[in-house]
Amino acid sequence: MNAALSRTLRPADAAPPRAVVRPLPYAAAKPPAPAAPAPTAAEPRVSAAAARRRRAEVALKILAPLLGIVAFIGVWALVAKGGSIPGPMTTFDAAKAVFADPFYRNGPNDQGIGWKVANSLGRVGIGFGLAALVGIPLGFLIGRFRFLAGMSEPIISLLRPVSPLAWLPIGLLVFKGAQPAAIWTIFISSIWPMVINTAVGVQRIPQDYMNVARVLALPEWKIFTKILFPAVLPYMLTGVRLSIGVAWLVIVAAEMLTGGVGLGFWVWDEWNNLKVENILIAIGVIGLIGLALEQSLLFLAGRFDYAKDRS
Amino acid sequence: MDRHVIVEQAGITFDTNQGPFVALREVNLTVKKGEFVTLIGHSGCGKSTLLNLVAGLLHPTAGHIFVAGREVAGPGPDRAVVFQNHSLLPWLTCFDNVHLAVERVFRGVEPKARLKARTQAALALVHLEHAAHKYPNEVSGGMKQRVGIARALAMEPKVLLMDEPFGALDALTRAHLQDELIKIVAATGSTVVMVTHDVDEAVLLSDRVVMLTNGPAATVGEVLEVDLPRPRDRLALANDPRYMACRRAVLAFLYQKQMKQAA
Repeated sequence: MNAALSRTLRPADAAPPRAVVRPLPYAAAKPPAPAAPAPTAAEPRVSAAAARRRRAEVALKILAPLLGIVAFIGVWALVAKGGSIPGPMTTFDAAKAVFADPFYRNGPNDQGIGWKVANSLGRVGIGFGLAALVGIPLGFLIGRFRFLAGMSEPIISLLRPVSPLAWLPIGLLVFKGAQPAAIWTIFISSIWPMVINTAVGVQRIPQDYMNVARVLALPEWKIFTKILFPAVLPYMLTGVRLSIGVAWLVIVAAEMLTGGVGLGFWVWDEWNNLKVENILIAIGVIGLIGLALEQSLLFLAGRFDYAKDRS
Repeated sequence: MDRHVIVEQAGITFDTNQGPFVALREVNLTVKKGEFVTLIGHSGCGKSTLLNLVAGLLHPTAGHIFVAGREVAGPGPDRAVVFQNHSLLPWLTCFDNVHLAVERVFRGVEPKARLKARTQAALALVHLEHAAHKYPNEVSGGMKQRVGIARALAMEPKVLLMDEPFGALDALTRAHLQDELIKIVAATGSTVVMVTHDVDEAVLLSDRVVMLTNGPAATVGEVLEVDLPRPRDRLALANDPRYMACRRAVLAFLYQKQMKQAA
């Protein structure tokens, strides 16, 4: 979201140099205007082309997404006319009510939207955090030792495609509680991308770097801190990003089944109350938080991208 | 220390899917202390393999290799390598890349301030003090290679191994770095074994040019003593008949005796 915003701002800032620099090859490609007629005439033509291009850029960066949103709301309104789901205006009014008091508490199962989000994020945080604690070291081991990779491959291949919710009953049985069962489900379904990406990262470390380690005869600990970890970090962060995405997908479904305070249970609860506009609000909130998680990790990953180099 | 680096009947055979592949066979080579030796040959002849054997990155399947009186058992900082593609760690600054090597060799022997001074000195040797705190992707290809050389020299290796160190650079930068290398080697008295495919580079830099026959089963074909006085100047040498004779000898080996069939 942030990145999109800053991108839309940039063309305006950079306008003056762009107008001068860009058109040159374009103008040169045409037969150069004969010197006699008008050196002044060439300039307006050039800047007109630049302005046209700038307008096209603005249209692409701002207008297109805006138009998409408007079209989406339009279709939504049209569908809502059919009467089965609430329209944009009804939903907007309901949202105003929901967000007016986000942190109220009327007993254990009736709390404000703020608490619902916080609870869901908390579960995701714990389940995902545990998964990272186990998955990343496991990925390093699997990547470093081929025997371990061979051992774990059949297990991972078998368990990875299992639908997350299939793990929920096991969690209920073992941990004897809805809350830990939900966390367990997050854990087991979000661990795989981190294990696999970290392992691939370790396996793909350029031989050059390992040769440096060998020529320097670095001790294993230095190899880890100076070479292995920084080289794997971009892969690891990709794994983390995918994992958080999975965790956020799973939490809603898990909460629908386990109940308690949270976005998933809220969706189910409002379905039972037949307050469909609140379900739509929940969908919007879930989407926005997922987007925010994804973007912040993309931003983080961008800061550790050494791949730009390699010349 | 007349026989500083000794390669004795060394050979290496790789196991491939098509059966064993003999890359090098019965290679004999000695390098004196302070000598600059280049290995030259057509691509694929195994010159880098030979260098890697001395580095200890590969193990000979036959024969022995000794450096400073000890048999090579594996890689180690006494045989620093300058790789073709610089191999700097992109997440460390130029200073830290060199410092990593300095630390590895002199830590515990010398105080920390001295390690820093060594790193600075190595960067000064290649005229890169100003870029010490830049990251490798912020400096040019030639500068990266100079950092690689600084890293290798900072370890004060018994022999400096260079694997086509200037192969990836443009001609002007390459000439510039060759001139710098001549000065550095003159100043440090390093023993150098360098792989190259550039005839001029070989003649300009070396005391001896070791020419390898074409693979498979490559071995030393001829050895040329380059008897040109030092310091050498590329402009003065360009018309020097002794230089031309050396050049012609290497060219004759590569393009007459070891004609490479077009693949």
